[in-house]
Amino acid sequence: MSTVAREWREIPGRYNLEGTKCENCGSIFFPARDFCPKCRRAGIGKISRYDVCRRGKVFSFSIVHDAPDFNNMLKPYVVAMVQTDDGVMVSAQLVDVDLDKVAIGMPVRAVLRKLSADGASGVIRYGYKFVPDE
Amino acid sequence: MRDVAIIGVGVTKFGELWNKSFRAIGIEAGMKAMEDANLSGNEVDGIFVGNMSAGRFINQQHIDALIADYSGMATNHVPATRVEAGDASGGVAFRQAVMAVASGMNDVVLVGGAEKMTDLDDTSINAIMDSTADAEWEAGMGVTFAGLHAMIAQRMIHDGTATREEIASFAVNSHFHGALNPNAQFRKAITLDTVLRSGPVATPLGMFDCAPISDGAASVVLCPLEDAKKYTDSYVKVSAVAQASDTLSLSQREDITTYGATVAAAQRAYQQAGITAQDIQVAEVHDNYTVAGIMALQDLGFYKRGEAGKAVLEGRCQVGAGPVAVNTSGGLKARGHPIGATGVAQIVEIAEQLRGSADKRQVENAKYGLAQSSGGMGSAVTVSIMEAI
Ligand SMILES: [Zn+2]
Repeated sequence: MSTVAREWREIPGRYNLEGTKCENCGSIFFPARDFCPKCRRAGIGKISRYDVCRRGKVFSFSIVHDAPDFNNMLKPYVVAMVQTDDGVMVSAQLVDVDLDKVAIGMPVRAVLRKLSADGASGVIRYGYKFVPDE
Repeated sequence: MRDVAIIGVGVTKFGELWNKSFRAIGIEAGMKAMEDANLSGNEVDGIFVGNMSAGRFINQQHIDALIADYSGMATNHVPATRVEAGDASGGVAFRQAVMAVASGMNDVVLVGGAEKMTDLDDTSINAIMDSTADAEWEAGMGVTFAGLHAMIAQRMIHDGTATREEIASFAVNSHFHGALNPNAQFRKAITLDTVLRSGPVATPLGMFDCAPISDGAASVVLCPLEDAKKYTDSYVKVSAVAQASDTLSLSQREDITTYGATVAAAQRAYQQAGITAQDIQVAEVHDNYTVAGIMALQDLGFYKRGEAGKAVLEGRCQVGAGPVAVNTSGGLKARGHPIGATGVAQIVEIAEQLRGSADKRQVENAKYGLAQSSGGMGSAVTVSIMEAI
């Protein structure tokens, strides 16, 4: 049950993999953080926008057979932890893929897809999923 | 700081208790613990309750007030505090209570843990569990709680630190003990084949890799160690209560096949107690998924990385079979997992073991027992150590 405002404010991250970077230590954050957990006080005021690389490799995965809400209609579906080429770990769905062919190390890229359609408020949520990068 | 003792324990049967309400099970466990401690009720000067999500499970917030009221403590205006830390709610509530007695702020404290889950449908319950990880960036992206644990298992298998069979065997160990515990939800031993052939939930994990949905409550009574004899001859000493945190989301970790919070909490606990992992004879670990149980045995220092699975598969974690008996209560898998109750039920089991009242699942001559309670993806972990007197 998501309000429109709650969905709207996350659009930069969810549509475009927009994160942040600490200019003090070089750490990249996705989802975006306004406070660097490594530099803490020394990083204040030094956090800037950073667009995460949309290509990466499957670090781990699972085929989900039991899921709540909208995703219940999609099951079985693949979830993966993807390590992007700039070293960020992103958890998301892996689509347009043969369930038998998913493997650790497989190259993938981010695409924009429908995440869910919320019955009560009518908000359709969009965001990143990954597809095989052939 | 004062030394603290557990002077009473109580637990309800765990399972689908369709004819019992949240307040009924909460009070049942508390009454048993008070009776066990030989209290009249007037001695209690503080209450801590572990509860994860009564607001969503039964649409009741303010569980602290409800428990104070129905336990008769509200007439004495005893302060009551509800603690939430995902699956670790009970473990953290216990630690808060120990600190209250150790500090001298309270003298006799009632700790409770309770959850009533089965009034809700399974789909809604799973959505609530998913929200103990990162609701926005994991659950919100379709990555379920089971899926996250499955990805840990997948990675362990890939790295060669555990096989599918070794991971699955954790459920066999839990059920072996559950069969010996009259309060367990499942009192039936199972074979490895049952786990491996159970319907898929999130590959490689199946139905029998997952703890069930349960109702239940557990309770313990604490007082200063020096006062314990005033109430009972059957008490145990709390030697350590440590807690540690980690990132909310699994994807933010350097290594997903270890829980850094378990490692940190264990180190702090062993230091507090002045012992090492090798001094522990009985342990209750948080096996909400089989793979989490395997990780816990390594993170707590009982086995090196890559060796816990082998020990479990060979049956070395069963009562009397190895250096440390694991989840003699049946663990979360077989005893049941009413979220807020779980961390307190672990303390109950360790206290029973150290008092020598664990009946058919009794570990002989146990001196030290440990309980590990983990919230979400190991984002909050408590490690408590108890010592026989
Ligand atoms: Zn920094």
